[in-house]
Amino acid sequence: MECLIEVTDHGLYCAAGDFYIDPWRPVPRAIITHAHADHACRGCGRYLTTSDGLHVLRTRLGEAAVIDTLDYGRSIDVSGVRISLHPAGHLLGSAQIRLERQGRVEVVSGDYKTESDPTCQPFEPIRCHTFLTESTFGLPIYRWRPWSQEIEAINGWWQRNADEGFASVIFAYALGKAQRVLSGLNPAIGPIVTHGAVEALVRAYRATGVSLPPTRLASSWSRGDPALRRAIVLAPPSAQGSPWLNRFGAARTAFASGWMRIRGARRRRAVDRGFVVSDHADWPGLIGAIRATSAELILVTHGYAATLARWLNDQGQDARPLQTRYVGERPDDEVDEPEATLDDPPERDGP
Amino acid sequence: MKQFTALYVALNETNKTTVKVEALARYFAAASDEDAAWALYFLTGRRLRLAVPTKRLRGWAIEQAGLSEWLFGECYDAVGDLSETIALVLPPPERKQDRSLAAWVERIQELQVAESARQRQIVTEAWLSLDETDRFVWNKLLLGGFRVGVSQQLVLRGLAQAYRVEASQLAERLMGQWQPSAEAFRALVSPDPSDTRPHLRPYPFCLAHPLEGDAASLGQLDHWMAEWKWDGIRAQLVRRDRRMALWSRGEENLTERFPELDPLIARIPDGTVLDGELLPWLDDAPLPFTSLQTRINRKALTRSILRRVPVVFLAYDLIESGGIDVRDRPFRWRRDELERLILSCAVPVLRISPRVTAASWQDLASLRRSSRARGAEGLVLKHADSVYAAGRVRGVWWKWKVEPWTVDAVLTAAQRGSGRRASLYTDYTFSVWDNGQLVPLAKAYSGLSDDEIRQVDAWIRRHMREKFGPVRTVDPELVFELAFEGIQRSTRHKSGLAVRFPRILRWRRDKTADQADSLDAVRAMLSAQTHSDPSSTTGSTIREGRLFER
Repeated sequence: MECLIEVTDHGLYCAAGDFYIDPWRPVPRAIITHAHADHACRGCGRYLTTSDGLHVLRTRLGEAAVIDTLDYGRSIDVSGVRISLHPAGHLLGSAQIRLERQGRVEVVSGDYKTESDPTCQPFEPIRCHTFLTESTFGLPIYRWRPWSQEIEAINGWWQRNADEGFASVIFAYALGKAQRVLSGLNPAIGPIVTHGAVEALVRAYRATGVSLPPTRLASSWSRGDPALRRAIVLAPPSAQGSPWLNRFGAARTAFASGWMRIRGARRRRAVDRGFVVSDHADWPGLIGAIRATSAELILVTHGYAATLARWLNDQGQDARPLQTRYVGERPDDEVDEPEATLDDPPERDGP
Repeated sequence: MKQFTALYVALNETNKTTVKVEALARYFAAASDEDAAWALYFLTGRRLRLAVPTKRLRGWAIEQAGLSEWLFGECYDAVGDLSETIALVLPPPERKQDRSLAAWVERIQELQVAESARQRQIVTEAWLSLDETDRFVWNKLLLGGFRVGVSQQLVLRGLAQAYRVEASQLAERLMGQWQPSAEAFRALVSPDPSDTRPHLRPYPFCLAHPLEGDAASLGQLDHWMAEWKWDGIRAQLVRRDRRMALWSRGEENLTERFPELDPLIARIPDGTVLDGELLPWLDDAPLPFTSLQTRINRKALTRSILRRVPVVFLAYDLIESGGIDVRDRPFRWRRDELERLILSCAVPVLRISPRVTAASWQDLASLRRSSRARGAEGLVLKHADSVYAAGRVRGVWWKWKVEPWTVDAVLTAAQRGSGRRASLYTDYTFSVWDNGQLVPLAKAYSGLSDDEIRQVDAWIRRHMREKFGPVRTVDPELVFELAFEGIQRSTRHKSGLAVRFPRILRWRRDKTADQADSLDAVRAMLSAQTHSDPSSTTGSTIREGRLFER
């Protein structure tokens, strides 16, 4: 049985169609599952992404990149390989890549989540022969509570801080997580302030037609504006501990990540609160998604690959860990530091 | 339970003392007397006897969660804490029940007398009726690992604020056996005006500043008095009102842990406070600090441990005499009085820390080099006119420690840390060369910055080789300079050597693995140490604070 996909030193390669999926080095033709930095490498000849993902990928890759798009569920034929893109639920425009050749179907999941997220299309299970899955949170300790509860907790925290005169700074990846959190914020509590890196992608989301509460760029506020004491600030993790935060005065901080489920990770982050917000599937999500594919072979990449593969083996499934260079979401480094940011010049002191 | 869990969460969410005290005060004011009694019991580091072996708890959790043993093990590796792992892997509660803290403690007490089948029933019922955080806290109470990063002092401040009783008075009432109950709690917080007995509280400790640079720059040697820097547990012995108490620097009451000091109550006059060091002492010489550590970790002080690791109080200073605070008198005077007092007491468990005299700074420096052989860590220099200051005041007392041993070793294996470092590879094994092979020498956890830890963690993930349980061997490439305080022969280590308090001094990015040190070089340190070492005892510097962490 020959796989359509192989791992080469440039990335996941489909020899039959001569293209790559999420290459980690520049290649002539790349299909992109989503626009996070470890999946969308710069410098490729041509990119293919979903129509929903165009603005976001463009923000990341710049004007010069040649990007083709395909609607979810539509297919194209490349040298006898039928390619279609299906919602992965990870973030706006994220896709699973379905490849079909001579009756054989393979699906590369990219990163995915099975939970609801108002800012993107929900994950769609696809039957296939081989399923290539991520495993970022592939341990039974990772189980997310319903999104409605988590966002309620975030709004509650914001409300309390606002009542006590503190700004609320929430650190979340600039692409995906920040917009998901934003979509659930209650603007009645106070103003929503964005870091330049977050705002750039918020605009890409709006340009794609996702409706989000109103935001205002941090640099457009004057220092010490009393309204900031009721504000919530969406900032990328790299802003933590930086002087950029000084402008908000007395503030409480929170970190939004699936890793926040573990106490040690929360303490290590040195923030006041940890909110369990993940754009990856939790353990039940992974298991459910894998089952739904009815795949005969499961290839498990980045995360707890060996663990998840072994567990699947225990269940009588053919599963193997597959070494790739995707990092998904790591508890401690910021893989997804966006290059694109809106102008956010250092503040000048007043006269 | 909800209230107590909320307190736990609140204490965990802040580093600010005032916020912690507020949260504690709020809890104590709102809780029932019985709950407050138990909360105080746990928050001050007391624990219940472990009712069920952890292995059985683990087994029940595995069953309830429907996991296999190995998968639970993987989860544990990622979390680094058994109570938390169990809380996270179990399915959400079936039927939530909110009982009081005292009621949940009662269940734990019931476990202690129940048979195995009943134990299992109690535990699984608790797990299935508590939500995740409550479950975690309950597990902590059950397993005895309840730690929230608040000192007894802080807890008492909270309690004092809630009940308007003085914290020092509470501390004293808490001394000794204290059985948590509603009555005990009411007695504890009652503003009893008749309770005017002198407090057995210690004074703030005077601490020495590390001396860096040349000792001779301190001026004339005869203005200074030198003593060995002993490596035991710093303590104050308070004798007032026909009672006696022994306090650690963390203001932990140690009186009951050192029964050999009991005879002192009859010898030391009322109104006396001594500052000194508790040292394991046998045949006129200190024992290695590790022996004291084994004694302290024991639950019960058996006759045999008291015989093997007897303790003396080595006095440094006299800070209250005849009921008068004499901290402002010059050290010279206090030291004379101390010598007189100790002579008149004439009990072997009370000794004076001998003075180290030398003709010149140079002679003193060479004496300092013999510190290790004497079981000391170096010298302490006190100005002859110095007062007994509160805290670490610069320029009054100096600690002049011997340089640690250092060695360049290769990182050969790593394991995920626990607690704050769970899921990061932070527990490292370091090796040195022996006949062309790398032999593990030491494990070290501390010394790197958070940033370096992240970098090393990322490197480790890319250079893993084999897996032995939670331990991953890595490509032998990175070199680190380690420091340690002493070396001993060991049959339990492959290298044949055991080093004390190893920690990472720096990451030697300039060195490659082949440039690391050899086992022979470390052996040479051992012989250098023992040659100048008549009593063949060595010191170590495991920090005092760590000893009492629970």
